[in-house]
Amino acid sequence: MDDQQVKFYQVGSFAVGNRLLDGGKHTVQADRARSNSLTSGHRACQGCGEALGARYALDAAMRATEGRLIAANATGCLEVFSTPYPETSWQIPWLHSLFGNAPAIATGMAAALKVKGRSDIRVVSQAGDGGTVDIGFGCLSGMFERNDDVLFICYDNEAYMNTGVQRSGATPPAARTATTEAVGAEPGNVFGQGKNMPLLAVAHEIPYVATATVAELHDLERKVEKAMSFRGARYIHILVPCPLGWGSATSDTVRLARLACETGVFPLFEAENGEITATSKIRHQVPVEEYLRPQGRYKHLFTPTPRPEILKKIQQLADRNIARFGLLAGSDEAELVGAEGS
Amino acid sequence: MLRQIEGSRAVAEAVALCRPEVVCAYPISPQTHIIEGVGVMVKSGRLSPCEFVNVESEFAAMSVSIGASAMGARAYTATASQGLLFMTEVVYNAAGLGLPIVMTVANRAIGAPINIWNDHSDAMSVRDSGWLQLFAETNQHALDLHIQAFRLAEELSVPVMVCMDGFVLTHAFERVDVPSQEEVDAWLPSFEPRQVLDPDNPVSIGAMVGPEAFTEVRYLAHVRQLQALVRIPELAAEFETAFGRGIGGLVSPYRLEGAETVVVALGSVLGTIKDAADALRDEGIPIGVLGITTFRPFPAEAIAEALEGARQVVVVEKAFSIGGHGILGADVSLATTGRGPSVYNVIAGLGGRPITEDSLRRMMLQGIERSLPPLSFLDLDSGLVERELDRMESERRSGPSAENLLRDVGTVPARAS
Repeated sequence: MDDQQVKFYQVGSFAVGNRLLDGGKHTVQADRARSNSLTSGHRACQGCGEALGARYALDAAMRATEGRLIAANATGCLEVFSTPYPETSWQIPWLHSLFGNAPAIATGMAAALKVKGRSDIRVVSQAGDGGTVDIGFGCLSGMFERNDDVLFICYDNEAYMNTGVQRSGATPPAARTATTEAVGAEPGNVFGQGKNMPLLAVAHEIPYVATATVAELHDLERKVEKAMSFRGARYIHILVPCPLGWGSATSDTVRLARLACETGVFPLFEAENGEITATSKIRHQVPVEEYLRPQGRYKHLFTPTPRPEILKKIQQLADRNIARFGLLAGSDEAELVGAEGS
Repeated sequence: MLRQIEGSRAVAEAVALCRPEVVCAYPISPQTHIIEGVGVMVKSGRLSPCEFVNVESEFAAMSVSIGASAMGARAYTATASQGLLFMTEVVYNAAGLGLPIVMTVANRAIGAPINIWNDHSDAMSVRDSGWLQLFAETNQHALDLHIQAFRLAEELSVPVMVCMDGFVLTHAFERVDVPSQEEVDAWLPSFEPRQVLDPDNPVSIGAMVGPEAFTEVRYLAHVRQLQALVRIPELAAEFETAFGRGIGGLVSPYRLEGAETVVVALGSVLGTIKDAADALRDEGIPIGVLGITTFRPFPAEAIAEALEGARQVVVVEKAFSIGGHGILGADVSLATTGRGPSVYNVIAGLGGRPITEDSLRRMMLQGIERSLPPLSFLDLDSGLVERELDRMESERRSGPSAENLLRDVGTVPARAS
C-alpha cells in the first residue's frame, strides 16, 4: 500500500516540512506504522509539551529498537495522565515505581535483560525535571556512573507541574511558581540557583548526551535514534513547554519551544563521552523578551511595572549560552573545551 | 556439608545456592560481609549468569531489585538499620507491586544516637509494609530460612525479609550444614513470575489506583499474607523431608509441656532464654519458651494455641514503640486476649546491650511471681536516667542528652559484648 500523503503547514519558521523531503527522510511521527507508544486518549492538558515529547521520543526509540523497548517511569504528570487505569495509554511494557527511583528501576531492568541474554530488548527511563534534577538525581548519577545500558529522558517543563506548579532545580530565574511567587523585591525564582542537568550528564562522561525540544521533530527523533545506537548510559533532555505552569496559550507550545532555542535560552547540543560534539545553530536570533512575554509566569516582568533590568539579566544568561556553546551561525568554535560545532 | 563459617558467609552460601540473577550491594554494617560474600562468588563466575550491581544507596538497591524482579529475574539484596529506613519507601513499593524479592536484614539499632549494634528496631519499623518477616535464631536457621524464603516469595509473589541479629549471628562463626547445589535445585524451582515486562505482551505495572479499588488491593495483600500462614508450615515440613532439618514454620515451642510461665521472643536471644529456662526447669519450675520464627504474617492463632495453659507470658523484645509499648508484646497480648494469660512486656538488648542469663533469670522469677510491671526495661540504669532528668530540670540549656549520658558513664574500655 502506498503511503498516504501527510500534509504539514508552514509554521512561520525555518523548519522544513515533511512534504518537502523525500520519503526516506520523513519523521517517525509521519509514518503511519509508528508505534504510538503513548497512544491517544490520555488525560494530559491541551497543548501538553510533555505528552508530545514522550510520544516523539518513544516512537523514535521503538523504531530504533524494532519494537523491543521497556519503559520505567517516574511519578509525575506523564505517569498520572497516562494511566488512569484501566485506560492505560502505554502500548509498550511500562513500569511506574516511585518518584525518585526511575533510573534505578531501569538499571534493574537492564541487569535482568543482560542476565537473560536479551540484548535485543532495550530500556528507557523517563521523568519530569523534578524526578530528574531533584529527587531522582542520586539514582540518575549512579546509573550514569555505572554506565548502565539505559536511555534516560528528562521531559523538562521547568517546575513541579503535577502538584500545582512548584519550583524545581530546573526552574529558570524570575519564573513565577507557586513556591516562587511574583512578590517581593525579587519576584519569581531567584537568580544564581538551579542546575544545568545536561552539562552534569556530560560531566559523567557517559556515551551520549543531547538536548532537544518538541519544536524540532527531526532533530529530536535523530537524537533518540542516535542514542539507541550506543550501549551504556545515555541522556536526552527535552524542553517541553507546559501551558498550565507557564501560563501560555495551548497553541503556543511548539512556538515557545522554538523561541527558547532561538533566543539562546535553551541551547541544543550533543556530547559523546564527555565532549561536546555538535550544537544546533540559531538561524534567526530573537531577543529573550519575545520568548518571555507570551508566558504568564513572567507577567510580572512586564506589568504593572516593567522590569527591564530583570529582562536584561535574562538576556545576559541567553547571551552567555550563545557564546558558551557557539550557537550563532558563523561562530564555529564554542568556548567549551572539545566543542566542534556542527 | 558441615562447615565452620561466619554467619554472613553461611547466608551468602545459601543465597548463592538459590541462583540469584540480580544482586544489589550497598555497604552497611553489620550486613556487609553477606554482600561481599555473594559478590566474590558472582565475580568469580560461579553464579553466572548473575549481575552484581554496586548501587549508590539502599534506596537504589531496592529500586534495582524491583526493576530486575519485574523483568522476571530472581533478585536479592541485604541491608540493616539506617539502610532499611533509607529504602523504606521502596520497601513498601516492592510489596505493593507484589514482587518476590528476598532481602536479608542484619538487625541493628537505629540512630540517633548512631549505634551499629544489634536490636530489632529496623525490622519492626517496616512490619506494616507487606513484606513477610522471618527471624533466625541461629546461623543454621538463617541459612535454611533463606532457601525457604525464595520459594515462599515466588510462590506467593510477595517479598520476604529474613531477619538475623547483627553481629550476634552475622559475625559469629558456627557450625552450619550447607546443602549441596543439587539438593537446593531439587527443592527450589526456577522463578516463574506472575507478572513480567515483555515486549511481546506489553503490560502497564504501577498504575494509580483510586478509592474505587485501593481497599481491595490492600486486602488482597492481607489475603496473601494469610495464605503464607498456611504455606509457611507446609514448606517447613517439606524442607524437613528434603534436608532433614525441622527449621522454619510459624513458631518454635520449647519445653512448653505443663509450662505455667512462657517467655516469648524473636531471634538469637532465644538461645540464652532457653538456657535460663533450662536452669529453672532443673529446679522444678514449670517454665517454657516460645520462639517466633514468622513475625509477619503474625501467627496469632499458633501463638494462642502454644500459650494455652500458660498463666503468665513474658514477651522479651529488642524494640519498642516509644511512648507506647512493646511491638511483639502488643501483638502477643492481642493474640491471647480473653484466653487467660497475663502478658508482661520486657524491652531488652537495645543497641547491643548484652542480655545475660542472670538478668533473664531475675526477669523470669519476677514473671513467675507476677510482680513484673506491664512494661519494663531489662537492666535499665535508672540512676543514669535520673541524673539527666535532673539536669534537664535544673537548666534550660542542658545540652545534648546522649552526650551527657556518655560523660556520666565515663570511658568504657573496649570489650567483647
